Formats: sequence, structure tokens, C-alpha cells
Amino acid sequence: MQYRRHTCQAGARMDGIHDLGGIAGFGPVEIEAGEPVFHDDWERRVLRVAVAAVMAQLYNGGRFRHSIERMDPAHYLTASYYEHWLTGIATLLVELGVATAEELDECAGGVFPRSRPDRGSAPTVEHDRTEAKFAIGDRVRVREWHPPGHTRAPRYVQGKRGVVVRCDGAFSIPDVEAHSDHRRLDPTYSVRFDAAQLWGDGGEPGAVVHVDLWEHYLEDDA
Amino acid sequence: MTVHDHDAHHEAPLAPVEARVAAIERVLTERGLLDAAVLDDVVAHFENDLGPMNGAKVIARAWVDPDYKRRLLADATVAIAELGFGGPEGEHMVVVENTPRVHNLVVCTLCSCYPWPVLGLPPRWYKAPAYRARAVREPRALLAEMGTDLPDGVEIRVWDSSAEVRYLVLPERPAGSDGYSADELASLVTRDSMIGVERL
Repeated sequence: MQYRRHTCQAGARMDGIHDLGGIAGFGPVEIEAGEPVFHDDWERRVLRVAVAAVMAQLYNGGRFRHSIERMDPAHYLTASYYEHWLTGIATLLVELGVATAEELDECAGGVFPRSRPDRGSAPTVEHDRTEAKFAIGDRVRVREWHPPGHTRAPRYVQGKRGVVVRCDGAFSIPDVEAHSDHRRLDPTYSVRFDAAQLWGDGGEPGAVVHVDLWEHYLEDDA
Repeated sequence: MTVHDHDAHHEAPLAPVEARVAAIERVLTERGLLDAAVLDDVVAHFENDLGPMNGAKVIARAWVDPDYKRRLLADATVAIAELGFGGPEGEHMVVVENTPRVHNLVVCTLCSCYPWPVLGLPPRWYKAPAYRARAVREPRALLAEMGTDLPDGVEIRVWDSSAEVRYLVLPERPAGSDGYSADELASLVTRDSMIGVERL
């Protein structure tokens, strides 16, 4: 398997704002008692157009997730979940040529914010791989590469060492499908990390974190 | 609120969110991609048929039927399908069991992955930055803040659903529930206990 090195533009070595694991400063979790499934009818309608796009096979899951990850960070943090979806859908409709930006703005009667341009590129993975290289109990290290595009390797585990606790079968590598028309299968695992490995002295005693990762993200740490 | 649009030369007023939704609906309808009747049925299914009441049935069954519990822990997707639940965001399920020594907590730090068939659509707090950021960094402090104080000897296992598996926590059966029927037990099971932010 070959990995193409990403050429980063200035300032491009940032993980997306969505990659929130471990960031301090957000304060308490606010629970709404008796929360309804939808707070407003427009949320239900966003789910409806999201389902329509899936049924029309306009884009895959990796592309959709990345369309949200590319949102302006300030907008991402202040917008609700369904507004994330709405912004991602608008971004992809324009990028896919289904609609133009002007058309969306005109229909909406004002600026329809879209996400920033896609700066990612698909890693080169030649073939599907379905046979797991690692077994339960194997020590692994997460590669550290912080791509400008889509990945499901959270920043907080990149470069960290853990132990495989479960093998989950092969699935399409998100990094590939988000930036190309290809799908490449690759085995996935649940990997256990000790809190001290992730957060050093700041880790809570007696806590472990499991992260589900594609083999593409892992290297042997025997 | 204004948002700087990278294609615009200036900051302009943001269209209201309802107007933006209507714009997308109009574009998709014009392209023949939005069949309201079919989609309304799908959304009604997500809204009405999916929810924690489904997960509660799974948990209650596991409490009263040791054989089912074994199947559930061995292959949750198949065992959950026995009770009629499955579909999008529930195609690869794993159930993690709480014990007096182990407490499990589920999060999705990268987006909002959640087991729709057994828990429904996720609540706002599950999708919010505070929960996603803190669950992996300070789970014990977060749980205490949310009303669940875990003794020091209890190991906390956090599960970040970052790939295809979706998780459901099997809470401990509450004390004093001997002799309860499966239906009575299901009524004790809360959504939050199946995410792991509450103990029963």
C-alpha cells in the first residue's frame, strides 16, 4: 500500500473544528428535560432533504461528513446539528453542480452560507483489504499525519499507543471515499487507550478510552 | 448574525434558516429529487418508531433472559434484530455491559454517531461540543456533573464511535426489581442509562 504525502498549503495543517475530543473550555453539558425529537419544523425538513439526497445517491457518507467539517469554525460552534446538515447539503449541491451559489442565495433571500473549499485529497490505496492484520491484544500506534481532508482518526489519538480489543470487519475507508469516487475496504478495530497515554498527568485515574479505527490508520507497535 | 462568505466581497445578512431550508427543498423539487410523500413516511418512521423504548425492550429482555444476554453480548446486531429493531445507524451494533466494577460511556467526538434503531435521533446535548469534547478527557468529572457519582474503584470505559459500530450500554439491573415482568423492567430503563450518563 502506498500513501501519497499531502501537500499542505500555508495554514492547512489544522484539524477541523469538528475534531473536538479533549478540547477544554466548553463548560457544562446542558440537558433539556423532556426534549422533543425536533425543536422546530425546519429541523424535520432538514432531515427530510438529507434523506432525499441519500436516496438520490448524490454523495456518500464521507463526503457529507467532510462538507460539515469544512464549515467556518465560528459558524460550526454556534450552529445546531441540523444547521450543520443544512450547510453541508448546500455546499455539496453547489460543488456537484446541482445548484449554483447564486440560485441558493436568491431562493433563500439572503446569504446562504456554505463550507470552505475542499482541500483534501484521497490517499492512494490500491486494493480492498479484508483480512485483519492485527488481532485482539496486539499493541498498535496510530499514525500521525493530520490530513487537511477527511479522516476518522481523531486528533487526540494520532501518534498514541493502544491495544486492540475488538476486530470489526472491513469497511470503506472514509479518507478515500470523501475525496474520490473510489471505495476501498479496510479492516476496522476498536483500540483501547489509557487516559494517561492520551492526556498525560491530566488523565483521570481508572479511565480508558476506546476509539474505532481503520487499519489504514494504524502501525504495529509490538 | 452575519457570516463571511468566501465567495462574497462583503459581509451580508444571513438568510433565515427556514428560508435556507425552503431554498434546498425548492432546488431538489425542481430537479425531481424530492418526493415529499415518500420522504414524510421515512421521517415519520425515524420520529415515531425509533426511540429509547426500543432499546429499553432489549435491555429488559437481557435482564430476564440469560441466554438472550449472552447472544446480545456476542452479536448485538443479530440479537437486537430478534426483537425487530435494525436499519440505518444500527447495522453494526455492540452492547457493552456495566458491572459493579465497570461503567461504560458512549460518545462520538467527530460528529454525532448514535444507534438510531434502539435510541432514536440523538438529543441536543449528545451532539453539542461540551459533551463531545469532555467525555473522552474527563469522563468521571463529567458524569459527576451530570448527576452520576462513580466510586473511585469503578473503571470508566469510554467508547468513541468513530467508525461503523454503534454502541448501546447494558445498565445494571436496579436493586429491588426482583419479580418484575419484562414490561415493568423496560419502564425503568432510561435513554441516558443506555448512553451511559446515568446509572439506574
